[in-house]
Amino acid sequence: MRPLKAQLRAELAMLATNGETVFLTVGIPVVFLLFFSAVHVLPTGTNHPVDFLVPGILALAVMSTAMTALGIGTGFERGYGVLKRLGATPLGRPRLLAAKIVAIIGVELVQAAVLVSVGFALGWNPGGPGGAGALVGAAIGAMVLGTVAFGGIGLVLAGTLKPLVNLAVVNGLFVVLLLLGGMLIPLVKLPAWLADVAKLLPASALSDALHGTLGLGIAVSARDWIVLVAWAVAAPTVAGLTFRWE
Amino acid sequence: MIRYGDTVAVDKLSFTGHAGQVLALLGPNGAGKTSTVESLEGYRRVDSGSVRVLGLDPDHDHAAVVGRIGVMLQKGGVYPMLGPAQVLRLFSRYYDDPEDPHELLDLVGLGAVRRTPWRRLSGGEQQRLSLALALVGKPRVLFLDEPTAGVDPEGRIVVRDIIAAQRDRGICVVLTTHELAEAERLADQVVIIDHGRMLAEGSPAALASSTADGSVRFSTESGIDTDALRVLPAPPAGRSCDPGNGGHPRRMAGRPGPGLGRSPHRSVPGGGLSGHHRAPGGAPLGAPRGGS
Repeated sequence: MRPLKAQLRAELAMLATNGETVFLTVGIPVVFLLFFSAVHVLPTGTNHPVDFLVPGILALAVMSTAMTALGIGTGFERGYGVLKRLGATPLGRPRLLAAKIVAIIGVELVQAAVLVSVGFALGWNPGGPGGAGALVGAAIGAMVLGTVAFGGIGLVLAGTLKPLVNLAVVNGLFVVLLLLGGMLIPLVKLPAWLADVAKLLPASALSDALHGTLGLGIAVSARDWIVLVAWAVAAPTVAGLTFRWE
Repeated sequence: MIRYGDTVAVDKLSFTGHAGQVLALLGPNGAGKTSTVESLEGYRRVDSGSVRVLGLDPDHDHAAVVGRIGVMLQKGGVYPMLGPAQVLRLFSRYYDDPEDPHELLDLVGLGAVRRTPWRRLSGGEQQRLSLALALVGKPRVLFLDEPTAGVDPEGRIVVRDIIAAQRDRGICVVLTTHELAEAERLADQVVIIDHGRMLAEGSPAALASSTADGSVRFSTESGIDTDALRVLPAPPAGRSCDPGNGGHPRRMAGRPGPGLGRSPHRSVPGGGLSGHHRAPGGAPLGAPRGGS
């Protein structure tokens, strides 16, 4: 346990003291939430945008941590030879991976606490008329699957690309998935063909699941579950097969 | 044998390191030193042949081996944003019975920069931190890949003293270097390799005084002026010179002068061991010391 605890503490300290990571994982989501709930420019289809924004930005937060922060950080560690060096210590890869996963879940809990608090302060009314209490479990389940799926995507890129290429690709993918993921802009506003493609992405499945459970008070659709599970299985599998440690 | 695709990096190389001894793998850049050490560290599987560290297979018995070895990579391997104290404390927690990180920091002379992020340390300081990280688990075998490369003269003394102290504690130290002087200074046993093959093996003194059959053989890929060898003045009594032909090894017998690679025929234009071992961009392996 000692190596795992030490590694977890180091991973959390590095995430918390890295300015870019804090900005990406907490700064951007909070700014989006504050800005777009005050400035009604997004086609949220409601005159109370915060009800749409909180679930969508929670999905965005999961993506920013599990895919972007993990992917960029791991890519640089690989480039610096850190992953290689750790391979010759008793820490071992399973414990390194476990520490990273727990660290990411820790960051997500902080994000969720901050976003939900800011949301309530802005008058968020979760779950619409029926209330969302019963669906919180489903929402958390979807976020866990989303974390696994996005984490797998981040590691596929981090484990195969050069650090700077990885940095660019992960950030580019972040923007694409932000625009096509239904997090800020509902999929119905996209051209039909693009919406059909977007529905197969983990970003849209997660945001749709969270909009349903935490926004409208409806259960997660079978399609969203299938898309999330498929990505949560496929992405880490591909990462496991393609990851190069040095 | 170790291959990368179709390229054979290491072949027909055999040596044994002993407790309380420093073994140096000496060769130019690209000779296969790092590939060899990395197969011992468990980073790469050998395509054929066998590798044992403390009686264990470093690939198959990886988990058992990594707790008993210390590794210093040629480059990097440290979180760039962490300072020496933080990194050493973290690494110390990976091991059951580690060294005290504070004592290690003082030992390698990094006490004054304990909080400076790795990326802001000088090259020599980074190397000394890598060495400390290799020591923190109280290893029984130490693998040091070019431990003094890029280290300032003062730092070199620190590194050499630490290597000697580890040897005196009964640790087996395996290091690589492309610098002849370093191998002579540090090692009890030297294995000279090039193109992935062993050229010679022995103590620095033995290698300097004679090779196994009293001859020095060498070959070059680009070819040398063998006619120049033929017209050499008659070798002194007890020495002979066989230039061979074409791509075959040229052979010279006799006692080379003092100093590894300081062979009696080093005045041969365009030839000699130094020509063969000239490392691209690095110090020539076989160059005589002191410029004499």
